[in-house]
Amino acid sequence: MAIFLTKDSKVIVQGMTGATGMKHTKLMLGDGTNIVGGVNPRKAGTTVDFDGTEVPVFGTVAEAMEKTGADVSVLFVPPAFSKAAVIEAIDAEIPLAVVITEGIAVHDSAAFWAYAISKGNKTRIIGPNCPGLITPGQSNAGIIPGDITKPGRIGLVSKSGTLTYQMMYELRDIGFSSAVGIGGDPVVGTTHIDALAAFEADPDTELIVMIGEIGGDAEERAADFIKANVTKPVVGYVAGFTAPEGKTMGHAGAIVSGSSGTAQAKKEALEAAGVKVGKTPTETAKLARELLNG
Amino acid sequence: MDLFEYQARDLFAKHGVPVLAGEVIDTPEAARAVTERLGGRSVVKAQVKVGGRGKAGGVKLASSPDDAVEKAGQILGMDIKGHTVHKVMLAETAPDIAEEYYVSYLLDRTNRTFLAMASVEGGMDIEEVAANKPEALAKIPVNANEGVGLEKAREIVAAAKFPAEVADQVADILVTLWKTFIAEDALLIEVNPLAKVADGRVIALDGKVSLDENADFRQPEHEALEDKAAANPLEAAAKAKNLNYVKLDGEVGIIGNGAGLVMSTLDVVAYAGENHGGVKPANFLDIGGGASAEVMANGLEIILGDPDVKSVFVNVFGGITACDEVAKGIVQALELLKAKGEDVTKPLVVRLDGNNAELGRKILSDANHPLVQRVDTMDGAADKAAELAAK
Repeated sequence: MAIFLTKDSKVIVQGMTGATGMKHTKLMLGDGTNIVGGVNPRKAGTTVDFDGTEVPVFGTVAEAMEKTGADVSVLFVPPAFSKAAVIEAIDAEIPLAVVITEGIAVHDSAAFWAYAISKGNKTRIIGPNCPGLITPGQSNAGIIPGDITKPGRIGLVSKSGTLTYQMMYELRDIGFSSAVGIGGDPVVGTTHIDALAAFEADPDTELIVMIGEIGGDAEERAADFIKANVTKPVVGYVAGFTAPEGKTMGHAGAIVSGSSGTAQAKKEALEAAGVKVGKTPTETAKLARELLNG
Repeated sequence: MDLFEYQARDLFAKHGVPVLAGEVIDTPEAARAVTERLGGRSVVKAQVKVGGRGKAGGVKLASSPDDAVEKAGQILGMDIKGHTVHKVMLAETAPDIAEEYYVSYLLDRTNRTFLAMASVEGGMDIEEVAANKPEALAKIPVNANEGVGLEKAREIVAAAKFPAEVADQVADILVTLWKTFIAEDALLIEVNPLAKVADGRVIALDGKVSLDENADFRQPEHEALEDKAAANPLEAAAKAKNLNYVKLDGEVGIIGNGAGLVMSTLDVVAYAGENHGGVKPANFLDIGGGASAEVMANGLEIILGDPDVKSVFVNVFGGITACDEVAKGIVQALELLKAKGEDVTKPLVVRLDGNNAELGRKILSDANHPLVQRVDTMDGAADKAAELAAK
């Protein structure tokens, strides 16, 4: 088991034939991901060779699904074309769309999210502006390095890519069931709560690490959810205690406005829900280790 | 990007939202001609991106062109909550205001949708209304794909209980404002007050607009709205080099890869600083994935050019990025800066972990640069950088 992604997942890549798509398709294949196709209407019918693995290119997501049984799409489509690409994935009703692209306009992500809801939410969207997700030893859908760690007992959900890698590295000897990067944009398809619910239900996950950052109230809502619904131990980390008000810290969503979205408020909400919150990534890893060994 | 009031006024005018005539100036003398054009009287309004300017004396009525020159002279250069006034807008004097309302569109992150907010109790700080009299502030979700047509606008008008005699005008304004919100890729459009004046017209008297920089690719006109003069010179230099940089007020320069890791680095340095005389991070700088020697050199150049910086902490976790490339980048960057004749004297603490960390650390050891110290844990390196900054 794992969440959202397993060795049986059949993955297609929208934007596979671009430079970033090519680079990461090769890496994902190297991590054992079952990549069954790429999508590019202008190159439909061709194949791309990745070190001896021939990956066919299809004209549309629907065609790729019909011919290969694909159930996951990873999107490396430039920001200006991302809305159309995500809507295509939603129309094809692919179960999971992982939007790696950074820099998508909020009106576009709000529009594809509203569209997904209007179509009955048949497609789980992860991202945008995220590193994707990995189930170590089984499959990798995105840009998380596959060689940091091994399969194990920890589930990880994070707004930040590099903090995901850092935490996987700190706990690499224990290993992870799945690690999900949900992205740092103001509108994301999969939230901390969605991942927490999935990890709670996943028999392979014994402990959950949740990484948040300033901006919005996703962590506070996750804290409420944990209090009511999560029985597994949760360890948390929040980045951005020293971020000044009104300055965007790299991620479009990472901004403290007035008293809302501060790291302190998030930490307090999580602690009130019984989550142990580390002061630094290293201390957070230590807390997770103690809980698993205790 | 937050706009000045006059820029918001211009956008409203462009899209057909009723506003008063107004012009922006940056010297007192220019107030004379503008006030003459406005009919001999004007309202002189400080242009600052902060609330509470009225209370601070940043809005004054001018009774004549000469008076406008005097009032503009008083307001230009004024400090309002740390913001220096470089521009004033002269606005047509409004007919007597009968009522003040509030309307806005914004992104509701919690519900991942847009939101219309409206109140007949405008004119004051809307957060106060929301806190003290929440029933007076109507909040209506707006579906991103359905938007606000006349029917939706009437729903908002009814929810906020606008008086019948202005209902049609306000509904029309709500539709026009929504078109503006979409056409300009805005994250926030707020009109406060939306005023009913003595002759019965409803006019947007003051507005706040925030634009989405991710939409710049389809909004070529937005670049001109940027307040280049007010930007910190280091932030402006970083932006010119496409670096994601924010100036802060401490002494430890920070470079890292990934927004989350850099934010975390700022925190860890601030904690470490508590043991070293209270030193703090001097900046946020995310060089992103796959940083080349050139990007590293650009980043180092900006940070070393900050006179507040006493030490530099380079914190990289190699994900896809290989640490040996990062290490080469640091060494090359220092050589590049030296070749440019820049005298680098500030110590650098470098922590490399993850992909090819061993190779990267070896490159730094072999280079044996007198200013570069390697510390292999994030917390340890932060402590070292703070210690060096405190010296």
